[in-house]
Amino acid sequence: MQWDVVWRNFDYLLVGSWPQGPLGGLAMSVMLAIGGIFGAFWLGLGFGLLRLSERWWLRLPAVIYVEVIRGIPLLMLIFWFYFLAPIVLGHTLPEAESALVAFIVFTGAYIAEIVRAGVLALPYGQMEAARGTGLSKTQAMVYVILPQALRNMIPSFVNQFVSLTKDTSLAYIIGVSELTRTATQINNRELTAPAELFFTIAVLYFIVCWTLTAASRRLERQMARYQAR
Amino acid sequence: MQYNFDWKLVLSGEYLQWIIDGVVVTCQISAISLVLAMALGTLIAVMRLSGVRPLVWFSAGFTEFFRNTPLLVQIFFWYFGSDAVLPAAVNQWLYKQNFEFAAGVIALAVYTAAFIAEEIRSGIFSIPRTQLEASRACGLTFLQAMRYVVLPQAFRIIVPPLISQALNLFKNSSLCMTIGVMELTYMARQIESYTFHGFEAFTVSTLIYLAISLLVSFSITQYNRHFLRTIKY
Repeated sequence: MQWDVVWRNFDYLLVGSWPQGPLGGLAMSVMLAIGGIFGAFWLGLGFGLLRLSERWWLRLPAVIYVEVIRGIPLLMLIFWFYFLAPIVLGHTLPEAESALVAFIVFTGAYIAEIVRAGVLALPYGQMEAARGTGLSKTQAMVYVILPQALRNMIPSFVNQFVSLTKDTSLAYIIGVSELTRTATQINNRELTAPAELFFTIAVLYFIVCWTLTAASRRLERQMARYQAR
Repeated sequence: MQYNFDWKLVLSGEYLQWIIDGVVVTCQISAISLVLAMALGTLIAVMRLSGVRPLVWFSAGFTEFFRNTPLLVQIFFWYFGSDAVLPAAVNQWLYKQNFEFAAGVIALAVYTAAFIAEEIRSGIFSIPRTQLEASRACGLTFLQAMRYVVLPQAFRIIVPPLISQALNLFKNSSLCMTIGVMELTYMARQIESYTFHGFEAFTVSTLIYLAISLLVSFSITQYNRHFLRTIKY
C-alpha cells in the first residue's frame, strides 16, 4: 500500500490547482452539484406544476420531458449537450457549462416528480379550504399548497442533491476537472497506487454524501410531527 | 445549422452491426450484474435483519458506503485497483476472461446490491413482525421463517421498486464505456469518432435506451394496477 501518493496529492484532490490555476477536485464537484440542484429546482418546480395542470396541452410537454429524461442514462444526456450543442448552436460550449446544463436538465426531471408527488401528498382539503376562502387557484397554490408541500419535500431534495453529487463524477468523461478526473490524472502520473487513490476519493464523496443523507434522515423524522392532515 | 444528416450510414452495414453488438453487450452486462446484485442484495438484507451484531454492522456499512459513493469511482476502483483487494488467483482468472467486462459486472453488481438490499429491507419491514414471531412459535428456525413466510410476501411488495432498480442498473451500465466495455454508448461514441455522424448514432442509441426503459416502466404501472391492489393484511 502506498498511501504517500495520496497524501502528496491530497490538496490537488481537494481544490485542483487553485489558487494558482483553475478550481478543480472536490470543490469543483460540489460547485457543480450546487449549481445543478439550484437550476434543477426551478426547472423541476415548473415542470412538476405543469404536470399537475388540468389542461392537457400543458400537461403533455411535462409528461414527455419527465419520461424521456428519466428513460435515458445521464451519460447519454451529457454527450448530447457536449457533442451536439455545437451542431445546434454553431459554437462549442465550455465543458463545465455543458455538463452543468446536462445535470440541470437531468435532475430537473426527477425534481419534477418529487414536486408532483409532494403536492399530491397534501390532503386535497387544503386546496378546497383555500379555494373556499376565496383565493384563486394560483393564489391557493402559491400561498397555501406550495409552502407546505415544499417544506415536506426538503428531505427528498436533499436526497436528490446527494445523488447529483455522485453524478457529477460523470463530468469526468467530457474532461471537466472535478474530483474523479483529478484522481485519474494523478493515477496516470503515478501509476503505482490506483486502489489507494480511488478508495480515497470514494471516501471523500462518501463524507459529503453521507453527511447530507444523515441530515436528511434527521430532518425527515423531525418534520413528521408537523404534517398537515 | 450546417450538418448533413445521413441516417442510412448509421442504419446499415458495419455501423448498424456495431449498434446491435452494443445492445447485446449492454443487455448481457445488465443481466449478469442483475442476477449477482439480487443474490448479494438479498444476502446483505438478511444479514441486516439477522440481529447478530457484527453482521448488522457489516451490512449497514456495506449499504451506506456503496450507496453514497459514485458508481464511476467504484468502476475505476475495481478496474484499476482490483489487484489490491481481490486474491491473486481471482485476478489471474479475471485477466484471462474479458477483464473490462468482469470489472464492470463487479462494480455494477456491488453498487446495485446496496440499493436492492435497502429495498428488500424496507419490504421485509412492511411485513408485520408478528408474522415472523408466529412462524418462530410454530417451530420454524429464523432462516426457515424468512424463507417460507416473510420473504415470499415481501418479494411481492418489492417487485416494483426492484424493477426500477433493474432499470437504473440498465441505464448505469452505460458508465462501463469508460473502462472500454463495448456496450451501446461506447458504440455510439465510436461511430461518432469514425464518421462524425454523432447526431444519428446518439439518436439511435438514445431511442433504444428510451424504448426499453419506457416498456419496462409501463409494465410496472400495469403490475401496480392489477396485482398490488389485491394484497391484503
